Amino acid sequence: MDRMDSALQNLRGRVIEANAAKTPLRLRGAGSKDFYGERCDGTLLDMRGYRGVVDYEPSELVITARCGTSLSEVESLLARHQQFLAFEPPAFAADPTIGGIIACGLSGPRRCQAGAARDFVLGAALLCADGQLLHFGGKVIKNVAGFDVARLLCGSLGILGAITEVSLKVLPLPRAEQTLRFEMTADAALESFNRWAGQPLPISATGWCNGQAWLRLSGAPSALRAARTRLGGELLDAAPADEWWRGLRHQTHAFFREAHTLWRLSLPSTAAPLAGAGPQLIEWGGALRWCASDLPAAELRGLATAAGGTALHWRGGEAGQRFHPLAPTLLAIHRRLKARFDPHRIFNPGRLIADL
Amino acid sequence: MPQAEFDADEPRWSECAEAPAAGRRLAVAQALRALLPADCVLSGDNELRPYECDGLSVFRQQPMLVALPRTETELRAVLLECRQLGVPVVARGAGTGLSGGAMPHASGVLLSLARFDRILEINAPARIARVQPGVRNLAVSEAAAAHGLFYAPDPSSQIACSIGGNVAENSGGVHCLKYGLTLHNVLGLRGYTIDGELMELGGRTLDAPGLDLLALCVGSEGLLLVVTEVILKLLPKPELAQVVMASFDDVGKAGEAVAAIIAAGIVPSGLEMMDRKAAAAVEPFVHAGYDLSAAAILLAESDGTPDEVREEVAAMERVLHAAGATAIEVSRSEAERLRFWSGRKNAFPAAGRISPDYYCMDGTIPRKSLGQVLKAIEQMEHKYDLKCMNVFHAGDGNLHPLILFDANCEGAWERADRFGADILELCVQLGGTITGEHGVGVEKLNSMCVQFSPAERAAFFAVKRAFDPPGLLNPGKAIPTLARCAEYGRMHVRHGRLAHPDLPRF
Repeated sequence: MDRMDSALQNLRGRVIEANAAKTPLRLRGAGSKDFYGERCDGTLLDMRGYRGVVDYEPSELVITARCGTSLSEVESLLARHQQFLAFEPPAFAADPTIGGIIACGLSGPRRCQAGAARDFVLGAALLCADGQLLHFGGKVIKNVAGFDVARLLCGSLGILGAITEVSLKVLPLPRAEQTLRFEMTADAALESFNRWAGQPLPISATGWCNGQAWLRLSGAPSALRAARTRLGGELLDAAPADEWWRGLRHQTHAFFREAHTLWRLSLPSTAAPLAGAGPQLIEWGGALRWCASDLPAAELRGLATAAGGTALHWRGGEAGQRFHPLAPTLLAIHRRLKARFDPHRIFNPGRLIADL
Repeated sequence: MPQAEFDADEPRWSECAEAPAAGRRLAVAQALRALLPADCVLSGDNELRPYECDGLSVFRQQPMLVALPRTETELRAVLLECRQLGVPVVARGAGTGLSGGAMPHASGVLLSLARFDRILEINAPARIARVQPGVRNLAVSEAAAAHGLFYAPDPSSQIACSIGGNVAENSGGVHCLKYGLTLHNVLGLRGYTIDGELMELGGRTLDAPGLDLLALCVGSEGLLLVVTEVILKLLPKPELAQVVMASFDDVGKAGEAVAAIIAAGIVPSGLEMMDRKAAAAVEPFVHAGYDLSAAAILLAESDGTPDEVREEVAAMERVLHAAGATAIEVSRSEAERLRFWSGRKNAFPAAGRISPDYYCMDGTIPRKSLGQVLKAIEQMEHKYDLKCMNVFHAGDGNLHPLILFDANCEGAWERADRFGADILELCVQLGGTITGEHGVGVEKLNSMCVQFSPAERAAFFAVKRAFDPPGLLNPGKAIPTLARCAEYGRMHVRHGRLAHPDLPRF
C-alpha cells in the first residue's frame, strides 16, 4: 500500500477508526439511491473524494475507475471512443458514482440483451474493516483465479466493505438504433416479447405500458432493416424514442413519477400479467414488472412467489421488509459472510438485510 | 479479515495425499453401502483407477472410495455421512478438467455426478434448459437445436465435458467474447452444502434478492457446494456464421490486428490465433488448409443475419489488410467454416500426436501485450530447452501455450512445470491472471501466491468456510495456504504494477 492516494488514505483512516470504536459507517456516493434498500444508521462516509479514471484503453474493452468517479465522466469518456456501459445503469435524475452503481448493482433497459451490472464487473478493490485493501478479479475479460468476490460485491449494498475501485467491461456503441411501437395488451406483449427473443433478432430493449409495447433494435443498419420488415410496428423518430428509453432507465417516465407506492417484481419472463396488482409497467422482455400497487405486502409477495419470482418494495413499504425474504439456508450463508468480512458490523449495517 | 492464523486449520495439499488409516476405507465403505445400492460404491483397486486423475494426468491420486449416487436424496445422504465421519469429498463430472480440480483425495470420497445425466426440461418459450450436472455440454445445444436455440459456452472439450464441470470452472470457449462465459449463461443452480442444506441460487428470473451467491458459486471449483441441477440460458441460433482466416508473417502484427478489430467497434463471435508451430501440428491431422508459411494465423468469426455478416466480414477484411495480413480467406460454406475451426478445436489432441506429453497453460493478459508475451515465451523455450506451441483465445487475451515434453525424460516434467509457472508469473506482471478458464485446481496453487496477497487469500478462505464450515469439500485445492506460499518463495506481484516498470525484462 505504498504511496497511497491521500483520499484513499483518508477513507482508510476513517474505516480503521470506526472498526476500532465499533461504530457503524453509512457509505455514500452521490446519494442518488438513498431511497434504495433498508434504512441504515451510521456516520456518513462520503466516497466521492476518491475519484478518477485510472485506466482505459478502448481496444481492451475495459475501464478502471475509482469509486467516486461520476457516471457522467465515465460515459462521456467512453462516448468519445464510441463505447458505452452496456448495462445502462440508472442515474435517477442525478449523477451517481461508479462505486454506488456497482454497490447497488442495478441495470437499465438493455439488461435483458446485454447483461446486468454484475456481468460487466471484471474486478474490484475492497477496503476491509481492518483497513486492508484487497483486489479481486482483474482487468481482463476471462479470469477464474480465486472466488469471484468482485461480482459478489456487485449489489452487496456495501455490507462487506467499501468498494474503492472497479474494472468494468465496456462495449462498442451499436452502429444504429431504432424503436418500434405496437398497440397491444399486456398479454399480447408478453407473448410477443418471449417469441421474438427466441428468434435471431437484434432486440436490445423491450417495454410495455398503457397498451403500448416498445421495442428497441440495435446493431448493423442492415440487420435493423431486416428486423423491421419481419416485425412491422410503427417506426418512431429518434428523439421521442430516446426520451422514452431514458424515462425507463432513469425512472423519469410518468408511470414512475406518479406511483406513490411501487413494487419491483423479478419474474420468469413468461409469467402471465399479475391480475389485480394495479397499474403495471413491463421491462426486460417480461422478466421485470413494476407494479404501482396498494395491495398488502404479504398479498403482493404471494402473487410474485406464485408466479415463480420475488417482489421488492421499491417505494413505500415497511422498514426492514422491503427486500423479498431469503430462504433460511441462504440467510445463514449471508450471516457467516458478514461475520467474516465485517465482524463489528461497521459497514452499512441493516442496509441489505435488517439485522446484518 | 483476521489474518495471523487465518489458515491454521486449512489442509495442505500434501496432506491430501496421505493414505487413510487402516480400516478406515472399510468402515466408510460400509457406511456408504448402507445408503446406496452396492454398485454405487466402488472400493476395489481396479474400480478406483479410472478416477485417479482428470484431464491433467501428471497429477494422480487414487481416492479412498468412489460414490455414484443416482438421486438428490442419495447424494445428500452421502454428504451428511461424510460430514459426520469427517471424510473429504471431491465432486467430479466428466473428468476433462485441465487443472487437477477433480484430482481425488487419498482419504476422501470421490463423488461422481456421472449418473446425474438427464436433461430435465427444454423450455423453448422461456429459452431455458434445466439439466443435471452430468449432462454433456454439447448435448444441451443438440437438444435445443429443434427450437432454433443453442447454449453458447463451447469449451474445446464440449463433446465430453459436463455442465457441472463447466459451472465449477466457469468454462469459456471460442465464442465467449460475444456470448460470455458460463457465468453469463447460467440463470440458476440447485445443490447441497456439506451440511446437506439445499441451496437454490438464482432460478428462472434475471435477478434474486440478497448477495449474488450465484456469481460466487460459478467457478468455485467444487469448494462451496455440490450442484445437482443447473438452469441454463438458451439463445436463438444466428442465421449465418462465417469465418475470416488471415495469415501474418509476424506474431506481433497478428496481435495488433486483434486490437485493431476491437478498436474498429467490431465484437466478433470468435477471435482466435495460432502460431506457426500450432498450425503445423494440426494441419496433417485435420487438413484445414492452414497457411504453413505464416508466423501466425487469425480466425475471426462473424454471426448474425446474412446482410449483417456480409458487412462485418467486409469490415474485418479491411482491418486485417490494413494490419498487414499476407493472405485472407473467407469461409464459403458451413462445411468450410467448420473445417477452418477444426484445427483450432483440435490443437490439444494434435499436441498429443507430435509429443509424448504436453502441458497446457491458461493465463490471460491484456490484448495489447500479446506480441510481447509471445516473444518472451520464445526465449523461455531456449531457457528450458522445451518447445511450446501457442493457441489463443486472442479476442479475450486468453493464452493456451502448449509446452511439449517427454515425461520419461529425466527432469523434463520439472522443466515444463517451471516453464509454465514463468509464463503465468509474466501474465500477472502484465496485469493479467494465471487462469482464464481452466481453474486453479492443484496445478496453479503456487501461482496463486504470486497473484494474491495473504489478506486476499484469507478472504477466499473466509468465503470457503461460510459455505463449508468443516472444510471438507475439495479441500486443499484452489487456494494455497501461507505455509505453501512461503515454501514456494516467489513474491506476490501487485496486479500489473511492477516495482520497476521501466526495466526491460525479456
